[in-house]
Amino acid sequence: MNVAPISWFLILGAVLFTIGTIGVLVRRNVIVIFLSIELMLNAVNLVFVSFARQLHSMDGQVVVFFVMTVAAAEAAVGLAIILSVFRNRETVNVDELNLLRW
Amino acid sequence: MHEAATAATQVNFLWLIPAFPALGVLFNAFIGNRTGKRPVSLVAPGVVGAAFITGCYAFTQVLSLPPGSALVQRLWPWIWAGTLHVDVAFRIDALSAVMVLIVSGVGFLIHVYSVGYMAKDTSYARYFTYLNLFTLAMLTLVMADNLPLLFVGWEGVGLCSYLLIGFWFTVEANAIAGKKAFVVNRIGDAGFLLGIFLIFWNLGAGVHSLSFSEIATHAKAIPASTLTVITLLLFVGATGKSAQLPLYVWLPDAMAGPTPVSALIHAATMVTAGVYMIARLHMLYVLAPISMVVVATVGVLTALFAATIGLMQNDIKKVLAYSTISQLGYMFVGVGVGAFSAGIFHLMTHAFFKGLLFLGAGSVIHGMSGEQDMQKMGGLRAHQPITFWTFVFATLAITGIPGFSGFFSKDEILAQAFASPHGGPWLWTLGFIAAGCTSFYMFRLLFLTFFGECRADEHTRHHIHESPLTMTVPLMILAVLSVVGGYVGLPAHWLSGNVFGKFLEPVFGATEEAHLSVGTEYMLMAASSAVAFVGLAIAYLFYIKQPGLPFLLAYQAGRLYELIYNKYYVDELYDFLFVRPTVVFSTWAWQIFDLGVIDGLVNGTAEAVEVNSGLWRRVQTGNAQQYAVSMLLGATAILAYYAWR
Repeated sequence: MNVAPISWFLILGAVLFTIGTIGVLVRRNVIVIFLSIELMLNAVNLVFVSFARQLHSMDGQVVVFFVMTVAAAEAAVGLAIILSVFRNRETVNVDELNLLRW
Repeated sequence: MHEAATAATQVNFLWLIPAFPALGVLFNAFIGNRTGKRPVSLVAPGVVGAAFITGCYAFTQVLSLPPGSALVQRLWPWIWAGTLHVDVAFRIDALSAVMVLIVSGVGFLIHVYSVGYMAKDTSYARYFTYLNLFTLAMLTLVMADNLPLLFVGWEGVGLCSYLLIGFWFTVEANAIAGKKAFVVNRIGDAGFLLGIFLIFWNLGAGVHSLSFSEIATHAKAIPASTLTVITLLLFVGATGKSAQLPLYVWLPDAMAGPTPVSALIHAATMVTAGVYMIARLHMLYVLAPISMVVVATVGVLTALFAATIGLMQNDIKKVLAYSTISQLGYMFVGVGVGAFSAGIFHLMTHAFFKGLLFLGAGSVIHGMSGEQDMQKMGGLRAHQPITFWTFVFATLAITGIPGFSGFFSKDEILAQAFASPHGGPWLWTLGFIAAGCTSFYMFRLLFLTFFGECRADEHTRHHIHESPLTMTVPLMILAVLSVVGGYVGLPAHWLSGNVFGKFLEPVFGATEEAHLSVGTEYMLMAASSAVAFVGLAIAYLFYIKQPGLPFLLAYQAGRLYELIYNKYYVDELYDFLFVRPTVVFSTWAWQIFDLGVIDGLVNGTAEAVEVNSGLWRRVQTGNAQQYAVSMLLGATAILAYYAWR
């Protein structure tokens, strides 16, 4: 079986993670930031499963399930918060959500 | 020579004597202001009367025991620490028996008098609370069996003195006078405390109860130089409490209190505590001849100094205040030349006639609607006959007119001063001049107040009245005592001789009382009687015959008159030397050190934190993405650290 080397998977994971990080840092729309966070999580998931296969260990795959569960919960809570914020402030621009400051 | 130390009889009723006034304090303080005035006027003098009766019983017990015995009651252990074993214990020997009778007896009369004098005061119960508390403290002072307990009484009377001087504290001057008395007494008490510490330190090994009998037995073990220091320090305490040079300044101001208080505390009892203390500790003083000379010298100088000031005062109570200082000086001359019983004898007669003089002055002030300036009095003889006649007896007693009590006691002191190895003719001469001054100012007071034309305004003159019976009866009793009180201490070779001295002799043991020839004694007696009459004659000339003469003389004397009239500017001098530097220093300590350094440190710490946080709080921009960047940087830094470590 011809399999791509693990470095490809790791590079893809790093690229996805970097894109997600930049998205969190530079985008203003909370929902986009939220999507970027999901991207980061999935980049990490990719790295986990890659190593799991490489090392013939199930541990990495188990962790991925945990991450997906938490991500689902986080998405539910996060979206609820965003909805609630939007109802109150009529904006999802993080630059305008700056009440907690000095 | 120290006898009384051993012959102590245990009894169990001495606690009653201070317990009665203590009950009075509780009643007046907690119930008195709700019951109205009548129960207070019964209880307050009643408890002191009960203490007097118990004191009389104790006195008869002392008399029935062999000479030199003492009644002792140990109540409970008080300060037990290491080798120090101080008990709350009372002791009544001949000396304290006399003191207890004076304090409770004269105190009782003054309580009764106060019922009339303070009848219209709104703080009636508070007044008698203080007065009972004073009696309690003074009885503790004179009955204490050891020095620490004596000191408790000593401070207690000081506190009551402060409270009563400032009794009418809504007038600021009264409150200031109370404060002055308290502060000046603190100076003396500091010396007194150091003296007690030194005694404890030097008594040698063994159990220290600091009781007087123990001090007597161990006194010889203390080195002579240390004893001199101890006795001088104790005398510093006495100069404060008994208003001697240089700490006498509080007593004239203390006249701000109600007049019965001046009579009880600032004439008859508290101010004599210093004399009592020296007599009580005679076993230390006889071993320190230098201190004896100091005591006698300070005494005679004070006697003369205060007497000259008294010559020119116009406030009736101020004259009596300076007179008290002067008479206390005589007592210190007595104990200073080793004639302890003579000093105590004068203490007793002085309690009678000076108490009477103050009460009489109070009666005059009462009748004059509060006026105290003698220049506005005069002619009161007709309006206040009882006050007048009792006042005459007191004046004759204090000036030493033969036959009255002051004559015997003052004469004994002067004779001892003349003959004692500690004194000599110089001491006698100074005391003799002071006696002349005393005679002049007392008759001046008498003539200005009771003789001549009334100089009060129409309104006051209309109101002049004799005081009620509660006030005049104590006057009459004290007048009798002022006359006959001297006959217990006749000169040695007269009739029964010096009964009083013989009674006290076992307490003081064979001290250095000098004995002079009969001829010398008569000479001295004649001289001091003569000077009393000279004073009378001059006062008569100045204030009855030729009322213009004093003004002429004052004009002629000019500077000297002004110096004495202004009390030698001592208050001004102290103000300049001590009060003002203290105020300046305190202001500096307050403004610069306290506000600057202390507050600066505390506030500075807070300000530093504030400035620092002010800088760092800017980090909290509220921009979530900035936080995210710093998180990223932080995480990267941590990873980098582990990667390249």
